[in-house]
Amino acid sequence: MQYLPNVIFIILLFVGIGFFVKNVSRLKRNIFLGKEASLIDNKTQRWKNMAMIALGQSKMVVRPIAGALHIIVYVGFVIINIEVLEIILDGIFGTHRMFAVLGPVYDFLIGSFEVLALLVIVAVVIFWARRNVIKLKRFFKPEMKGWPKNDGNMILYIELVLMVLFLTMNGADYQLQQLGADHYAAAGAFPISSMFAPMLEGMSIASLVLLERSAWWLHIAGILFFLNYLYYSKHLHILLAFPNTYYGKLTPKGQFKNLQSVTDEVKMMMDPDADPYAEPAEDATVPDKFGASDVQDLSWVQLLNAYTCTECGRCTSECPANQTGKKLSPRKIMMDTRDRLEEVGKNIDANNGEFKEDGKQLLNDYITPEELWACTSCNACVEACPISIDPLSIIMDMRQYLVMEQSAAPTDLNNMMGNIENNGAPWPFNQMDRLNWSKES
Amino acid sequence: MASELKVPTMAEFYASGTVPEVLFWVGCAGSFDDRAKKITKAFVKILNKAKVSFAVLGTEESCTGDPAKRAGNEFLFQMQAVTNIEVLNAYEIKKIVTACPHCFNTIKNEYPGLGGNYEVVHHTQFLKDLLSEGRISMEGGTFKGKRITFHDPCYLGRANGVYEAPRDLIRKLDAELVEMKSCKQRGLCCGAGGAQMFKEPEKGDKDVNIERTEQALETKPEIIAAGCPFCNTMMTDGVKNKEKEDDVAVMDIAEMIAAAEDL
Repeated sequence: MQYLPNVIFIILLFVGIGFFVKNVSRLKRNIFLGKEASLIDNKTQRWKNMAMIALGQSKMVVRPIAGALHIIVYVGFVIINIEVLEIILDGIFGTHRMFAVLGPVYDFLIGSFEVLALLVIVAVVIFWARRNVIKLKRFFKPEMKGWPKNDGNMILYIELVLMVLFLTMNGADYQLQQLGADHYAAAGAFPISSMFAPMLEGMSIASLVLLERSAWWLHIAGILFFLNYLYYSKHLHILLAFPNTYYGKLTPKGQFKNLQSVTDEVKMMMDPDADPYAEPAEDATVPDKFGASDVQDLSWVQLLNAYTCTECGRCTSECPANQTGKKLSPRKIMMDTRDRLEEVGKNIDANNGEFKEDGKQLLNDYITPEELWACTSCNACVEACPISIDPLSIIMDMRQYLVMEQSAAPTDLNNMMGNIENNGAPWPFNQMDRLNWSKES
Repeated sequence: MASELKVPTMAEFYASGTVPEVLFWVGCAGSFDDRAKKITKAFVKILNKAKVSFAVLGTEESCTGDPAKRAGNEFLFQMQAVTNIEVLNAYEIKKIVTACPHCFNTIKNEYPGLGGNYEVVHHTQFLKDLLSEGRISMEGGTFKGKRITFHDPCYLGRANGVYEAPRDLIRKLDAELVEMKSCKQRGLCCGAGGAQMFKEPEKGDKDVNIERTEQALETKPEIIAAGCPFCNTMMTDGVKNKEKEDDVAVMDIAEMIAAAEDL
């Protein structure tokens, strides 16, 4: 019976981490439903981007208030997790505050964790107020109803609860240390939780132990729960921001990729030796579909983008189309892509690893042509994203499908393209008149 | 008053066996749009004054394919690109200057992958170089002390990171450069990019150019400076919509320099 807590702890840890591993493999499988994209170039620059943008949060501070608060929560999260390592080891070996042997270093660590925990609580409360009291506009767009709204709040509640449990655990421990209770040798510094000590005064050792143990168990159980909540949440960005910034676009923002399948066809057309009536070779592969109508037509980086999006809405708030009341919202493009990808993933799970046609696709069922045609390709969304997501590339791929596979461009654009084709300008002017301006006064 | 424009073509250079210093890519707007033609002429006047050896392709020039590509017609874009690249490579063009950020972006970034490699500069960068090399001199003259705000073209600014060349030129005119609330990296689009110039906008509360014009007017400018023929049209329309055309002029930076030099 003596080892019962250790056994329960190890089971809890296995279940928690096991589910997480399962989620990660599902995540990887879904992301790699996307098309190949070769991004092995320029490793130095990529590592640098990851260090600056993800680790260094360089783009978060473009908006100073949200940026500063985010850095507090982020630093708090990363550093307080050192404490989780101790908790896990204590849990497995049935020890208490195993790292206390570090002496003054330990005091410093625990002390700074406590300060950070308090700062995180303050930041989380302000974040909550921005979403629920101040009601910042970017959190109240049509795509933010239902789960996305609840998810945003849920993350804040979980973080708040975890920090309160951490401080409660420490506060009870401190009190027990003061009372000289068994197993609670003096260790650690408690600058924050000791301030709440008067609240615990008069409690018996047994109640304090119960309080300390409850907070300890709930804290670690909560962390394991949060770990598994990630897959279903926008909070996945805490992991994916790193690969996403690594694989972010390195070329100038204005440079859109040239489609190789089109280049091949154009080359053939321009080749005077090509036989236009030639039968396709026996081993000829079916030509690539032009553009994207569903998630499988996008590249795996675009799908990684979708899972990385944390729905902060900076893209949408900078989007000229959205600012002027059009339906387009770059954030919705990313959320729709993720939702559809999840749907495709579940379809594959339900059909023994094969995707079964479900009569749906990303285009029309999620993203409408009206949204796609409202884009000015100005790159404001790409610039605004703090973690290198590129909603514009998805919009452009879907436009390519509309135009090249479905000939479904708006009439005005068809006229413009007809003009380019016939006379080399988007307007109906003759190419032979191109230099007339030089003779006009 | 001004002397006739000297606009030599590449074909003429080729016939005489000489090579110009730079090719001026005029673009469709610069060739055909009445407002943009004034920018083209202003830029040529400066080139003439600075005795820059330049040429245009004239009737051998064709749309870069930018609006087709942004509209999703990659096929038409590449047809245009390959045709243009054939012409440019046949003339062994090394350096291109253009007053259109869309042409600038496409030739600079998207042509290399299709076999067209050139040094491409925007006309504001080119003018700044002329200035620093002492080939043109600038005195503020009529622009001295005027409040001028610069609207960043998306395809010059965000798309290619060119923010300072146009601003440096405005400062050189001894003008008072005032920034809009969203500028440089966070500049708001004029509403013309992504082939929007050629279609009606989707349903919304407002047109993008009106929103941007309001931001510009908030700075109480005497001149809204632009560096793109499409932005120029959008901002001009916006100013007219606000009935401010008598107080606020929309001018390309090349036009401002030409006017300051009384060209």
